[in-house]
Amino acid sequence: MPIRTVMKANEAAAWAAKLAKPKVIAAFPITPSTLVPEKISEFVANGELDAEFIKVESEHSAISACVGASAAGVRTFTATASQGLALMHEVLFIAAGMRLPIVIAVGNRALSAPINIWNDWQDSISERDTGWLQFYAENNQEALDLILIAFKVAEDERVLLPAMVGFDAFILTHTVEPVEIPDQEVVDEFLGEYEPKHAYLDPARPITQGTLAFPAHYMEARYTVWEANENAKKVIDEVFAEFEKKFGRKYSKIEEYRTDDAEIIFVTMGSLAGTVKDYVDHLREKGIKAGAAKLTVYRPFPVEEVRELAKKAKVISLLEKNVTFSVGGALFQDFSRALVNVEDKPKIVDFILGLGGRDVTFKDLDEVLKVAQKALNGEEFSEVNWVGLRKEIL
Amino acid sequence: MTESPFKADIERVQKEYSEKMTPGAIAYIPGSSVINKTGSWRVFMPEFNRDKCVRCYLCYIYCPEPAIYLDEENYPVFDYDYCKGCGICANECPTNAIVMVRESK
Repeated sequence: MPIRTVMKANEAAAWAAKLAKPKVIAAFPITPSTLVPEKISEFVANGELDAEFIKVESEHSAISACVGASAAGVRTFTATASQGLALMHEVLFIAAGMRLPIVIAVGNRALSAPINIWNDWQDSISERDTGWLQFYAENNQEALDLILIAFKVAEDERVLLPAMVGFDAFILTHTVEPVEIPDQEVVDEFLGEYEPKHAYLDPARPITQGTLAFPAHYMEARYTVWEANENAKKVIDEVFAEFEKKFGRKYSKIEEYRTDDAEIIFVTMGSLAGTVKDYVDHLREKGIKAGAAKLTVYRPFPVEEVRELAKKAKVISLLEKNVTFSVGGALFQDFSRALVNVEDKPKIVDFILGLGGRDVTFKDLDEVLKVAQKALNGEEFSEVNWVGLRKEIL
Repeated sequence: MTESPFKADIERVQKEYSEKMTPGAIAYIPGSSVINKTGSWRVFMPEFNRDKCVRCYLCYIYCPEPAIYLDEENYPVFDYDYCKGCGICANECPTNAIVMVRESK
């Protein structure tokens, strides 16, 4: 029987790792993710998890040790956030290029400067071009589930890409919520043993991993990462379906909420989706045709699903906790890419909010609505909007 | 002319080698780097004067490739397929039996 209990997202991530039975965990502590490796080291020390726990001197070393272990052929896991993920940056490309299905739990946190330990998505969003798959959890249960899903997708022969699962700093990492811990036997059935066909070491099969590619071969190697990302779109749907069958919880790349007759759809990710769904209810009570959509999968970017979503709306409002300076948010670029050549597309309005842990309240969303309604009514509107700015201190 | 001691390996790799991209760009054929004939990188090539050679083997020992092997009489033979023209052999040769001359291709 699955155990219903209460825990923080960090603990849920540690539990997911325990259930996935990685053979190597290499981690370096950083707020707000420290509890993840702390809890895992406890599991290892108690003999509840048969794994090598490698204490390293930096996040660069943590991910490098994971690359080494994964290249040797075992399931590996780590957790980090913010500057820690940024320090991993160059190795993230290597993990994807070497097609190593490592999974990272990311406690999404703002980047310095100024130093800030609270939530936004700038850390993992900034790694969107590394080739890694990216999932974002709305709550602690999703954090646990998506890590199991991430392993399954990452290790699929058609994908073989590393994956990161993001969950919001403090809002989730340090907040206790009800979580169902699935049965070990069912997780074993779902995930199985990791049996690599390519990246593993065996003296009887000498190979070279991490090769040098001259201009005659580099582009093809990069293209296979592109292809793997494309393949992942189908594999993710399959794995979501299998997960639902085994565990009873339904996931989709884009989760829609009251979108059917919506004129304005608010699109977001992570824990903010909860607030936005409440806000949609609030607007519906006032007779405003609003809906919400949550991206559970950010990479591979669900282009086809975005196009389907766009058919339902007159205005798409993107609520994002990240910024690409002089452009807008990352979602703004991604949605533009998905819709640029589509006829009769909705207006797309971008909102940057909640950076560095600032709460996003109904008052902020009223500000969002005001701009979205301008777009809806054919009035002039600002494409990129910083929401809730304290103009009095600027 | 003495054959390269790596001849069998080079022939094996040439037979087995495929350019087909593998997941993670893994190289599955041991020794497949011989496909990359680094001799094309050369700007200066070692020119060998057999009369001056005292068979001290220093060139053979110092060659970092190794692109120098020894013939039946223990004179050095230069493998121009892989010699990058670094000049270490010429620098080490105590009798100036090896001199570097500009490639004239």
